[in-house]
Amino acid sequence: MERKNKTTGKVAGIVANLVTVKVDGPVAQNEICFIYHNDERLMAEVIKVIGVNAYVQVFESTRGVRVGSNVEFEGHMLEVTLGPGILSRNYDGLQNDLDKMDGVFLTRGEYTDPLNREVKWKFKPLAKAGETVSAGSWLGEVVENSIPHRIMVPFKMEKRYEVKSVVDEGEYTVDETIAVVLDEDGKEIPLTMVQKWPVKMPVKVYKHKPRPFKLLETGVRCIDTLNPITEGGTGFIPGPFGTGKTVLQHAISKQAEADIVIIAACGERANEVVEIFTEFPELDDPRTGRKLIERTTIIANTSNMPVAAREASVYTAMTLAEYYRTMGLKVLLMADSTSRWAQALREMSNRLEELPGPDAFPMDLSAVISNFYARAGFVYLPNGETGSITFIGTVSPAGGNLKEPVTESTRKAARCFYGLSQARADSKRYPAIDPIDSYSKYLEYPEVQENLVDVVGEGWLSDVIKAKDILLRGKEAMEQINILGDDSVPMSFHDRFWKSELIDFVILQQDAFDSIDASTPLKRQKYMLAKVLEVADSEFEFAHFEEVSGFFKEVINFFKQMNYSEYESDEFKKHEKSLEELLKERRN
Amino acid sequence: MESQAFQKIYTKLNNITKATVTLNAADVGYDEIATVHGRMAQVVKLMGDEVTLQVFSGTEGIPTNAEVTFMGRPPQLKVSDDLGGRFFNAYGDPIDGGPHVEGEVRDIGSPSVNPVRRKQPSQLIATGIAGIDLNNSLVSGQKIPFFADPDQPYNQVMASVALRAKADKIILGGMGLTNDDYLFFKNIFENAGALDRIVSFVNTTDDPPVERLLVPDMALTAAEYFAVDKNESVLVLLTDMTLFADALSIVSNRMDQIPSKDSMPGSLYSDLARIYEKAVQFPSGGSITIIAVTTLSGGDITHAIPDNTGYITEGQLFLRRDTDIGKVIVDPFRSLSRLKQLVIGKQTREDHPQVMNAAIRLYADAANARTKLENGFDLTDYDERTLEFAKSYSDKLLAIDVNVDTDTMLNISWELFSKHFNKAEVGIKGEFTEKYWQK
Repeated sequence: MERKNKTTGKVAGIVANLVTVKVDGPVAQNEICFIYHNDERLMAEVIKVIGVNAYVQVFESTRGVRVGSNVEFEGHMLEVTLGPGILSRNYDGLQNDLDKMDGVFLTRGEYTDPLNREVKWKFKPLAKAGETVSAGSWLGEVVENSIPHRIMVPFKMEKRYEVKSVVDEGEYTVDETIAVVLDEDGKEIPLTMVQKWPVKMPVKVYKHKPRPFKLLETGVRCIDTLNPITEGGTGFIPGPFGTGKTVLQHAISKQAEADIVIIAACGERANEVVEIFTEFPELDDPRTGRKLIERTTIIANTSNMPVAAREASVYTAMTLAEYYRTMGLKVLLMADSTSRWAQALREMSNRLEELPGPDAFPMDLSAVISNFYARAGFVYLPNGETGSITFIGTVSPAGGNLKEPVTESTRKAARCFYGLSQARADSKRYPAIDPIDSYSKYLEYPEVQENLVDVVGEGWLSDVIKAKDILLRGKEAMEQINILGDDSVPMSFHDRFWKSELIDFVILQQDAFDSIDASTPLKRQKYMLAKVLEVADSEFEFAHFEEVSGFFKEVINFFKQMNYSEYESDEFKKHEKSLEELLKERRN
Repeated sequence: MESQAFQKIYTKLNNITKATVTLNAADVGYDEIATVHGRMAQVVKLMGDEVTLQVFSGTEGIPTNAEVTFMGRPPQLKVSDDLGGRFFNAYGDPIDGGPHVEGEVRDIGSPSVNPVRRKQPSQLIATGIAGIDLNNSLVSGQKIPFFADPDQPYNQVMASVALRAKADKIILGGMGLTNDDYLFFKNIFENAGALDRIVSFVNTTDDPPVERLLVPDMALTAAEYFAVDKNESVLVLLTDMTLFADALSIVSNRMDQIPSKDSMPGSLYSDLARIYEKAVQFPSGGSITIIAVTTLSGGDITHAIPDNTGYITEGQLFLRRDTDIGKVIVDPFRSLSRLKQLVIGKQTREDHPQVMNAAIRLYADAANARTKLENGFDLTDYDERTLEFAKSYSDKLLAIDVNVDTDTMLNISWELFSKHFNKAEVGIKGEFTEKYWQK
């Protein structure tokens, strides 16, 4: 929707951030407007229209706003500005560049340009005069923090066009014309490096979207080994507070094999965002040797920022991800936490006096969440290249209850489930992903299984399934031991339990704060799993059940020392040798 | 400030409910304060020329011809160094018999700090309590509540944490304090000889509950003055946030809003976050640290208030009575300080993180052993040793009456490890075991 003539209106009522505006012309659902209060302009979005009254949610505090204040409608929905210079930026939920704002405190009504208009980019043409192009076609490329940033035909241009001219290789600002295209009537349309797109609309300029089939390495063992996620896959991490959601999310965003990482801090703690601001410029990207911040964009809507902007923040993040996907890049999108977004929906639904669904959430919550997750995915672009958005959201279930509406709705939409368990967190078994309840639907995809054979090797999948079985049997054995007592169960129960503990301590548990253990490459994961399964497959001789735990604790200790050592280093080999000796003594 | 010389007085109320009054008035701003029949009120709804005011102290006895005057401003506090040593009510008026404080006028409920202007919290706050310093270290700029049952000595622990921490200012926000607790704080602050660095905003159980809603904003406005203008490190104590949330639910109920979980308003998360997120480390050196109390009913942390709080704050501290040693301890399982990673092993000794984790794991083993014992099973030798360890660990480290420095806490831990276990059972990185294991 775009309208040229501006509709205006006057404020007729205010309850918190819901303002009623009496309008004098046409308005559209989700249209953006500005409320004029003294010398401030407060941005708002239409969320309901009844007769001449438009109900708008204000992205700012409404303190002091008066009935009768002037309102101007913009004729478009909430849009983001797309162009080179988005990477390494820190935006708020409405894509304002936070670094451009002066002062320690946020000023109401201050909106800043997301792009730098002065800097010159080295442009290299990709399209030639005479070529036929359409939305999303690559016209040229600039290098943004070492990543090829394609300059595309704006997504809003829905027809086919003929390229009239593309500028020569050289340095240009984002606002200079870099190409001219002709529409069907021969009208010239000049194009710059900048375009806009409404955040609530998915960008669909790809050819087709197959099922995800390629493994996405995260370096987190209990994800990669047990329940892998794919390029273009979706996953979610529900967990009660204090179970390590954020630490896990940070670990994935630091280590995952992605070209671009977009982090949406949605209604979360400001100090967690500060941690990213502080750490990412220091940390090296293990894959490129450059700094992590260079491939990262942060959308920060901290929990004390206005609630309407919180809802916008996840859409802003997704649209930026779609923009980079259309350039043929692998994008990882992390949203922490989607529950806060759902709560923002609930607050507005409540103020609109809509009839509530379960737990007072809006009735369409499930549909809203599914639509959002559906925007992720692996795509083939019209030019044959591929791009992907892998989306992982966290969920903060109220009271740790996984039956609450947000978790239930997300479960229907996401393909990987990484449930964090309170019991594991209490006993400091981090990451606290429950190995038995968690799942990855992708493991069942034949195309993913094929890919696993290619990248890890023959027999890997059966090893993984075996490890899962050992964990499950170990849990059953432990329950029996707890019911019957240590000495009333056969020795094999202890053996079975401790073999599952071995996998737990060596494979599942990982120290996110240790420089070496934090990230495990797939090759090393394969080696360690084989090694652990070799122990699990062995028969050992024990005279008494007390020997079992003592022995396995020693085994685990050597394995852990291996985890803490550089792979294949002398130290690693030293611990491995001690382990072998210990095993030899015991094996029959 | 707008001039108050010419003020229009309204004298016709259309509606009166338990907490709100409605009248027709022109040119009123949202959130503005007013007086209704001499009582403080705030604009909560504007619809055409109809204004709904929430009367903080309730509407009992208000007639339809009550005088209403609008102040043309949100609630404010006058800030200056003279706040030190004083006690105020929820409106910022003195309750200690002293004179009104003169100073710069500030709107309460100021905007958020731009996240890119925050500094990462990095300064350890030592309390001498090992259950906190060893296992759940506090960091300046952090926000952390005690999750406590009403019968636990949370106010006492909080007071001793506040007095031992090296803060420039301590600001107490008391909501629904019993008069006894109010006098307790007053006493302990006076006896510590620290009164001039303490400012208190207190709403007691004698006062109307809705007034409590102003207390955190008052306390934090004062805190921001000292932290931003004076670059001081400020510690804010908020007790009891459960009573604050209860007041929110009263208002939302009277405004006919649809309640969500546990009869709490749907905006509870945002309402609490707005307060707790005021905890910050400023780049100029000043900081605001918030230690709060959230009382639980029957230890239930899944209730909406502790649950939402847990998602906002950077950890939580649990107190528990340990019957083995007959003392109150800081529960090592359920307590958590999310910011401890920023200081432990960095501002404290290198072995701190591993010692902490190992001790808690062994303490967990002891809990398992105790379950076995209670179920009538035989204990292994290892079980017996974990139980002995747990008892000493509780007594020498977790108890809230401990007051030693962090190095001593670590040494005590190693002493206990060496006494009860072998190195493999403790499972700490070799380099530390070699250095600190006590033979």
